[in-house]
Amino acid sequence: MRQAYYIFKREFSSYFVSPIAYIVITVFLLVTGWFFFSTFFAYNQANLRNFFNLLPYVFSFIVPAVTMKLFSEELNIGTYEILLTMPVTFGDVIIGKFAASLVLITTMLAPTLSYPLFISILGDLDWGPVLGGYIGSILLGAAYSAIGLFASSLTRNQIIAFIIGVALCFGMAILDQMLFFLPGVVVGLFQYLAADFHFQNISKGIIDSRDILYFLSISFTGLYASNLVMQGRR
Amino acid sequence: MIRAENLTKYYSDLCAVDHINLDIKKGEIVGFLGPNGAGKTTTMRMLTGFLKPTSGSIRIMGHDIEENQLEIKRRLGYLPESAPLYHEMLAYDYLRYASDIGSLKGGEKSKRINELAGLCGIRDVMHKTIDELSKGYKQRVGLAHAMINDPEILILDEPTSGLDPNQIVEIREIIKEIGREKTVLLSTHILSEAEATCDRVIIIDKGKIALDAEIDKLKQSIGNEYIINITLKNAVLEDVEREFHSVEWIAGINVSHEDNGVLRIGVACRSPEDMRGDLYMMIKNREWTLLEFQKESRSLEKIFMELTREN
Repeated sequence: MRQAYYIFKREFSSYFVSPIAYIVITVFLLVTGWFFFSTFFAYNQANLRNFFNLLPYVFSFIVPAVTMKLFSEELNIGTYEILLTMPVTFGDVIIGKFAASLVLITTMLAPTLSYPLFISILGDLDWGPVLGGYIGSILLGAAYSAIGLFASSLTRNQIIAFIIGVALCFGMAILDQMLFFLPGVVVGLFQYLAADFHFQNISKGIIDSRDILYFLSISFTGLYASNLVMQGRR
Repeated sequence: MIRAENLTKYYSDLCAVDHINLDIKKGEIVGFLGPNGAGKTTTMRMLTGFLKPTSGSIRIMGHDIEENQLEIKRRLGYLPESAPLYHEMLAYDYLRYASDIGSLKGGEKSKRINELAGLCGIRDVMHKTIDELSKGYKQRVGLAHAMINDPEILILDEPTSGLDPNQIVEIREIIKEIGREKTVLLSTHILSEAEATCDRVIIIDKGKIALDAEIDKLKQSIGNEYIINITLKNAVLEDVEREFHSVEWIAGINVSHEDNGVLRIGVACRSPEDMRGDLYMMIKNREWTLLEFQKESRSLEKIFMELTREN
C-alpha cells in the first residue's frame, strides 16, 4: 500500500508538471460554468440541478482525458517495464493510478463549490441536494476513472485510449435516455446499468445504498478489467 | 543465484526463447550475446518477472519467481533496453521516487542517492529534467535506478548501446566495479565488450543457447586452435597432403587456391604452442618455395559468427 501511495504521488504531480491538469480544469470550469449560468437566471431557481444534470455528459469527455495517459504513455515510452520491475504489485499500480485520477477530478470540482456559496446569497438554497450532488459527482468520477483506466491499459496510443474511454462513459451516461427503444422486459436492467439514472437519484439528495453500490461495482469492474489486461500482457 | 530450467516463451506462434537452461552463480559477470532477435531481451524480461514464461521455471536466490515476485523484485535491479525514464521528472526526483518505492528507510535514501550519483557520475545533472539529458546520462540515471535498492543481482539490457566510445569505457568501468560484489547479467552485441567485462559468455541464437563458456577457457581454446595460411610454389597437392597428414598437431588442411603450381593452403593447427617454426622447417626440407606465411587466430568474433550464421 505504501508503494501505491508513491505511485499516486508521482502520477498526481506529473499532472501538474505537464499542462494536462490546467487544461482539463480550465475546460471543465468553462463548459460547466457557461452551460449552467447561461440558463440559471432564466430559470430563476436557487438550486444546482442543472449543473448536476450536466455532469455525466461533461465527465464523459473530461475523465477519459485525465485517465488516457495513465497506462498508454508508460506503454509508449517503455517506462511500463520499469514500473513493473520495481517492487510493486499490479494492485499497487492500479490503485495508485486510479487514486491520482480521482483526486484530480476532486480538485477540479473544488472551485465549483463557489457556485452554491454564491447562489445561497441570492436565494434560499437547499443544501441537501448539493451535498448529495457532490457525493454523487465523486462516485461518478470514480466509476469513470476506472473505465478510463481500463481504456488506457488497452493501448499505447493515448488518442485511442481517450476515444474508447469517451465511448464507454458517454454510452453509460445516455443509456437511460434510450430506454424507449428497448423491449419492456429489459428496461429495468438497462436502467440499472445507466450511470445517469443513479447519479440523478443521488443528486436529488436521496442517498440510497443501491446507487452507491452501483458506482462502487462499476469502479471495481473497471479496475479488475485493467488488472486482467495487465496479466494478459505478460 | 539465477537458475532457469526449460525456459520457453512463445509470442502467439513465434517461438522467441526455446527451452533454455541457465545457471548463474553468485558473483559472476555474465555476458549475454546474440544477433538481433535472438531472444536476449525476452529472456531477461522473463528473469525479471516482467514477462511470464510460456513454460519452464525460474528460481532466483532460491525463490520461485511466480510465488515470490515481490521479494525478488526488491533484490534485483534491472535496466531495460534503451533505459526508458519518466522524461518530465528531475533526475533527483526520479531516483527519489525509485528509492521511495524500494525498501530503504528514510535516512538511507538520501545517502544511497548521493552514493549512486557519485558512482554513476551524474552529480552534475541531478537538478535537470530527464528530457534535457543526453543519451549517455540517461543511461547512467537508468543504471543508478537499477542499483537503488542495493540489489544482489543486476540485469542490464544493452547498457552501452547508443553511447560514444568514451562513455562506453566509463559504463564498462562502472559495471566492473559493481561486479566485484554483485551478480551481473548483461546483454550486448559488442563482442569486445563481453571479452572486456565478463567472466562468462552465453551466446544465444534463435532462442537456443549456442555456447556457454567461461571467457578464460574460451580464450585458451581459441589459443589452442589456429590456422596458418601458406602459399607454396613448386609444390604438388598430393605431396603436401601426404607430408602434413602424418603430423600430429595438424588437424587438417584446406586448399583455397590452386593454379599453375601455386598452392594456397590453410593449415589448421591444434596445439597450445606456436608451431610456425616447425611448419617452416617442414616446408624448407621439401624445397618448396614459400611465398606467403601468416598465422590467423580464431577470435571471439569468429566463434560468434560460426555459431550464429544462417544454417
